[in-house]
Amino acid sequence: MNKSILPKTPSEDLGQWSTIITPHRGWLEVRWRELWQYRDLIYLFVRRDFVGTYKQTVLGPIWFFLQPIFTTIVFTVVFGKIAKISTDALPPPLFYLSGIVMWQYFADCLNKTSSTFTANAGIFGKVYFPRLVVPISTVITSLITFAIQFALFLSLLIFFKIQGAPVHPNYRIIILPFLLLMMASLGLGVGCLVSSLTTRYRDLAVAVGFGVQLWMYASAVVYPLSEIPAEWRWLLVLNPMVPIIESFRFAFLGSGVVEIWQIAMGAGVCLLVLLSGILTFNHVEKTFSDTV
Amino acid sequence: MSSVIRVENVSKRYRLGMINRQMLYKDLQSRWARWRGQTDPNSLLTEQSNQASTNGEIWALKDIDFEIAEGEVVGIIGRNGSGKSTLLKILSQITAPTSGRVLLKGRVASLLEVGTGFHPELSGRDNIYLNGSILGMRRQEISHKFDEIVAFSEVAQFIDTPVKRYSSGMYMRLAFAVAAHLDPEILLVDEVLAVGDAEFQEKCLGKMNEVARGGKTVIFVSHNMGAVSALTSTCLHLQKGHLEDRGPTSQVVERYLNAAAAQHSSGKSTDLSFYRRGSIAESPAYLSRILVNGSQPGNAAVDLHGSLTIHLEINVLQALRSAFICFTIKDQKAEPITTIFSWDQNFLLTLQPGIHLIEMKVDHIPFSPGYYYCDVGISRAVNAASADVIQNFPLFHVVNTGQVTHWTERPWGKVYCHGVQWSVLHNTACPS
Repeated sequence: MNKSILPKTPSEDLGQWSTIITPHRGWLEVRWRELWQYRDLIYLFVRRDFVGTYKQTVLGPIWFFLQPIFTTIVFTVVFGKIAKISTDALPPPLFYLSGIVMWQYFADCLNKTSSTFTANAGIFGKVYFPRLVVPISTVITSLITFAIQFALFLSLLIFFKIQGAPVHPNYRIIILPFLLLMMASLGLGVGCLVSSLTTRYRDLAVAVGFGVQLWMYASAVVYPLSEIPAEWRWLLVLNPMVPIIESFRFAFLGSGVVEIWQIAMGAGVCLLVLLSGILTFNHVEKTFSDTV
Repeated sequence: MSSVIRVENVSKRYRLGMINRQMLYKDLQSRWARWRGQTDPNSLLTEQSNQASTNGEIWALKDIDFEIAEGEVVGIIGRNGSGKSTLLKILSQITAPTSGRVLLKGRVASLLEVGTGFHPELSGRDNIYLNGSILGMRRQEISHKFDEIVAFSEVAQFIDTPVKRYSSGMYMRLAFAVAAHLDPEILLVDEVLAVGDAEFQEKCLGKMNEVARGGKTVIFVSHNMGAVSALTSTCLHLQKGHLEDRGPTSQVVERYLNAAAAQHSSGKSTDLSFYRRGSIAESPAYLSRILVNGSQPGNAAVDLHGSLTIHLEINVLQALRSAFICFTIKDQKAEPITTIFSWDQNFLLTLQPGIHLIEMKVDHIPFSPGYYYCDVGISRAVNAASADVIQNFPLFHVVNTGQVTHWTERPWGKVYCHGVQWSVLHNTACPS
């Protein structure tokens, strides 16, 4: 390779050039400012996906309700009635739905962002914009689905409360935005890692769906953390989804064994995953169009 | 004038294997085999390495070095696979160079396609905003230019209709209207003008001319020598990833075409794929051979006022119905001289799959001595995408068979009139 690629006049001031295109970008060289300049595009992508989803299928919005309702019924029968797994004395439908609604948002973020490069190869091959715009807008769009399913959960919660079920929503519900932020970071981070790897290895995309499913069973969706022997909880808590779902139940239903340090650790893991995801994504985005 | 684009020793390497090995298990399989000292079960067995490819590598660009000054309008020409598109992709940051560096000054807008990111379900209005911001405009900026864009696109009354209901012409006009109002300091354009009808193309060229005259720097990549000549003042000629030639457009285009003819007549290349516009991967039919007066073109000599017989061998893959042939003869500067359109003769092709030979006869060719090139296209309908287009194919040279006796190197005019008579009419005034 040609190594004499030094500037023609070494002392020259490069500041007069607004863009410098080089073969590689440093691992830490994320162009945050440029991303900020494209914030309108994030908004427009969110709008596009939202309008697109609603216009294309009549079933679109209904599907958002059907999916959690049916999953809740199946879980109630299989894990509640047949396997008889404890629900921390909560009404089983409410217990499962709370886990499903939270899990679904994370799974949505992960699934959609992990196909960023392959799904957008057409646009990415024709025009440049910071590629991170796409996964970020995906995570925001998924919030709309979450809002719909969360409304479903709230109505069920109110229904059970009126019936006199032992549920105790409390002031801790203010933690919800923080939990969402944690899930978005985790989903975005893992999704970015996966999509960066799928530019090289296509078969990883198949593994994602399977992996997400396995992950769910390690995430306290179908069982409460209290079912796990206390000396092993620290291991499970390494998975940030466990404290997230537990905190959600603790805040909205008033039952759970989550502790502050677990949430803090979860947040730390999320941040770490997010950073490594963004850095990897940033590293491959320059040459991805050669491989996809 | 200061330069706004500086390309320093840029090279781009593609690894062939990178495209083929995309499965994690295959990668592991290869590593396992190598670890045990066996041959890689996934290595490519390439018998013919036709390009400069060693070890499955292709240098799409090699040590490209040039500068472009502010306000310059530059064309980039070259055959398929010469690296034009790769260079444009590097300049527009779609892919990174393997080595070297590019310095740019000012906002860059690249138009490698019109209508990138258009969503069929969204209205024209929403798509203007979406497409505009994909191309790098701020929302506020689009609002500011919105009326202008709509007026230019001529689809004002349908602006709130989803674009899936637009005709292809309306769609193209809207898409180009957004791109035309980008207002960047540097504009990079790939063959977007190759699509759409003549009126639309004219509008695009006009707008680009306006941009160029407004002091903007424009890089225009095209196969269309006519458009390159009309729009650009200087030109780069890429060949097999090297910068072959650079200079005023008219000179570069002429040298480029002459080199093609020379290469042709020496029998090095009769391969039509060198002259093909785009890919024929999904075409229902393509041209496989062109013969002039029964011999290979390029070295074919046609007498002044002689007759011309062209044979076109067409390989039909999917049955064609009512297709037509468009045959344009061009001069050395790639200016079109005449276009023969088979529909004028009510000649429409309805062909079954297989290889067919089409004959076209022209009684006499009224061209002055010199070299001539052609563009040949097979299309299925007006305004539809062409099945195959061959461009700037060296066709024949007209030889002087004694009619031109004086001042044989006359520099002007491409048509040589037939049956010219002179006489002096005595004592007669002009009829008034």
